[in-house]
Amino acid sequence: MEELLKNYQSVAEEHAINWIKVGQTDDFPENAGACVKYNAKQIAVYYFTRTNSWYACQNLCPHKMEMVLSRGMTGDAQGIPKVACPLHKKTFSLEDGSNLNGEEYSIATYPVRIQEGNVYIGFAD
Amino acid sequence: MKKVIVIGNGMVGYKFCEKLAAHPLRDQFEVVVFGEEFRPAYDRVHLSEYFTLDSADKLLLASRDWYAENNITLRTGEMITSIETETKRVFTHKHDYFEYDYLILATGSAPFVPSIKGVDKPGVFVYRTIEDLDAIKDYADKLKQEGKFKASVLGGGLLGLEAANAAKELGLQTDVIEFAPRLMPRQLDKAASDMLQSKIESLGMKIHLGKNSKEIMGEAGIEKIDFTDETSLQTDMLIISAGIRPRDELAVKCGLRTGERGGVYVNNKMETSDPAIYAIGEVALYNNGIYGLVAPGYEMAAVAVDQIAGGEKLMSPSIDMSTQLKLVGTEVASFGDPFIENDEVTAIAYENKQRGVYKRINITKDGSKLLGGIMVGDSSDYNTLFQLYINAMKLPENPEDLILGSRGGESKSALGSVLDLPDTAQICSCEAVSKGTICDSITSGACCTFSDVVKSTKASSSCGGCKPMVTDLVTATLKSMGQEVKETICEHFDYSRQEMYDLVKLHSIMDFDEALDRHGKGHGCEMCKPVLASIFASIYMETANRQAPIQDSNDRFLANIQRNGTYSVVPRVPGGEITPDKLMVLGQVAKKYDLYTKITGGQRIDLFGAQLHELPMIWKELIDAGFESGHAYGKSLRTVKSCVGSTWCRYGLHDSVSFAIRIEERYKGLRSPHKLKGGVSGCIRECAEARGKDFGVIAVEGGWNLFVCGNGGATPKHAIMLAEKLDDETCIKYLDRFLVYYIRTAAPLQRTAPWLDKLEGGIDYLKKVVVEDSLGIAEELEAEMEELVNQYACEWKEAIEDPQMMKRFKPFVNSEETDDSLVFVPMRDQKMPRPW
Repeated sequence: MEELLKNYQSVAEEHAINWIKVGQTDDFPENAGACVKYNAKQIAVYYFTRTNSWYACQNLCPHKMEMVLSRGMTGDAQGIPKVACPLHKKTFSLEDGSNLNGEEYSIATYPVRIQEGNVYIGFAD
Repeated sequence: MKKVIVIGNGMVGYKFCEKLAAHPLRDQFEVVVFGEEFRPAYDRVHLSEYFTLDSADKLLLASRDWYAENNITLRTGEMITSIETETKRVFTHKHDYFEYDYLILATGSAPFVPSIKGVDKPGVFVYRTIEDLDAIKDYADKLKQEGKFKASVLGGGLLGLEAANAAKELGLQTDVIEFAPRLMPRQLDKAASDMLQSKIESLGMKIHLGKNSKEIMGEAGIEKIDFTDETSLQTDMLIISAGIRPRDELAVKCGLRTGERGGVYVNNKMETSDPAIYAIGEVALYNNGIYGLVAPGYEMAAVAVDQIAGGEKLMSPSIDMSTQLKLVGTEVASFGDPFIENDEVTAIAYENKQRGVYKRINITKDGSKLLGGIMVGDSSDYNTLFQLYINAMKLPENPEDLILGSRGGESKSALGSVLDLPDTAQICSCEAVSKGTICDSITSGACCTFSDVVKSTKASSSCGGCKPMVTDLVTATLKSMGQEVKETICEHFDYSRQEMYDLVKLHSIMDFDEALDRHGKGHGCEMCKPVLASIFASIYMETANRQAPIQDSNDRFLANIQRNGTYSVVPRVPGGEITPDKLMVLGQVAKKYDLYTKITGGQRIDLFGAQLHELPMIWKELIDAGFESGHAYGKSLRTVKSCVGSTWCRYGLHDSVSFAIRIEERYKGLRSPHKLKGGVSGCIRECAEARGKDFGVIAVEGGWNLFVCGNGGATPKHAIMLAEKLDDETCIKYLDRFLVYYIRTAAPLQRTAPWLDKLEGGIDYLKKVVVEDSLGIAEELEAEMEELVNQYACEWKEAIEDPQMMKRFKPFVNSEETDDSLVFVPMRDQKMPRPW
């Protein structure tokens, strides 16, 4: 199971070498998540309308290793954009993937770019 | 570093460790604790709950990790066999020895076993440790297999009655034998004992008073007990709970001063006759007494810790033996001197045999001071009376108001406000926390809520009996500081659910963004979004499809997410009635999509293991066969369970199935602060378990009795009667009013039972609102419900008919693939998720 986690490492925008087009902006729901696939990876994508920001992270919740985060509710904690896992409501920052419940595990995040109505996610591989 | 050895890891021994661990000079001590039992210290006060808990660990006062984290060496299963005072050493049964600078005797007590002939026969037990309870349970199981069900408890004191309750919980027919002419002779007078006896006997137990046991008879095991008055009692088991004896063997052996009837002599510093040795808890003989209650034991532990750390804390000169508890389901309390009778004292007593309540207070002749009292059947006044007594406060003009309540006019607490108590008033006697400490923790700014206060002062963290008073103090103190105490939804909305409900309605707010713009801040979160979704649903009857992103994750996909991220599907089966044809459709759909199938507690069928993209296909097939969403995923009406009723049942009075279907059809899709369940039973045998539901209807001669605010789950509660002998229409009318009133006023995720608990005035007030229409809103409530009922739509059907909504169920935006990461394992001819 832990093998699965190794598949997901955070990518900083400046380290992204591969920008993958995953759809058009209107393929994604507003203020909620949807999932995309890139090779063996499942990536959750969120669009926050109030700040017009996009976020991407692993779809795998590290708590019980299930592919569910794209189906979680979004929101913010003290201004930090976050997602709550639909299984046990563990919450993670969408800015840096850190765990907002004070537990040890965290998630990988990926940069998102919007160009001409298309959504791109940056990968390092 | 000073070496401290604690002998005994019971409740008081543990309290010593806890107090020392928190002491500022903690680092000057090296602590080793010896416990003879194999478990770390556990809660003996709640021992009888062991049978209902799934694990003994839940009774532990602290885990082994706690001792390790606090640098305390815990040696359980190890017995100290001797103390050598000259060399300051203790020896274990393994012949090891350990040196000490301070030795703490917290060896507690052992059950007193009277020397009755035959007391060593199989089937005779004591009641003290978890091992005792295990042995009792094993023997009871064996008896039951042999068709024997008779148990007796020797001892009608506090612990004896606890033991009797435990035996009853094991399914045994239980008798209690007491030597004294009354129950709980140290706490109750004759009238109180009589009241308690009739309450206990109404539960099927028998009480035998004034019985002196002569001999225990039986061949292979106990069969009967003979008494000195030539009578006898058949019994298959005997639990002895006839008092305690201090475990002072070690002290006697090493020459410490002990009492004639046992116990290690201590002064008010808890020092024994050897100044390096302290004794605390039930082994300590203080002021010529042994105190079998937790509170004095805890105080002793605190004194001993303070003393070895060089402090000057002394034990109170007189020990308060006041106690309040629930015995065999009956509230019992006794405080101060419960029996005092002389020329200077007047006793006022109140007895109500119909309600099973007895109260007595002893006051000074001039009516100025309270000296003690007794309560059976209703101890709700205990906290107030105890404070008046312990602080020697002045009594109201008519002291009888203290137990009768003031008659006529506004009912008011005899204390006036909790803030009127002196700062020294002890609010939590288990943890010795005063009113001053609680109030200071708030006024200093360290605490702002009840839970802050519990965390910081420990008040109310032990038995919880003072919780109402601590809550009142917190609220009153905050109020006195000009702070409003309010439960807001979350950081994004500074309003309670009820206030948001009113705001949305008043300003006709139509969606979440608008609510956030006008009354909130930020993006919202997983707390406030579902609350607002529920409010929109309750006001506009909108389904979960209109604002899908703010729905809780299950509502967003109209199904229940399960362990591996797949979903379960529950179609509505109103009243649990289903035709064979429809049943076959469920079977066919389950088979086609390879779904694990199980029957739910609410008389429907749950189909598990559906993948996100399969949900619309499954719904389509179900809808075509005439099914609708069962809303099993929502905080909404689930099911109205029914028994088969008068159409088939030879006992049934009315047609419960038809009425259950009518009710379920009426309220289906209704969203509420928490899930709602209902039940309809065709007679008082109550096979639909309607009183375990948020609303329950039970057929009686002349109509339906309506019960509200019950639930099963973690804190089971029986629903309470709201109205009786109603016809169908009136019953529905009251239900409409009740449900809308609840939906409007409850807190988020508050089910009906805790809502009623919080509702000022309780069930009587609710009756006034719903039945007598005291607020004049009945018509409005009914009209609102009517509107909601008329706007019902099946959300599954809505979802599959709209291509835009269908996008939700596509697993990947950029691929037509389905999720291939799912793994199932086989079990009993079906499939299961692989375990975590």
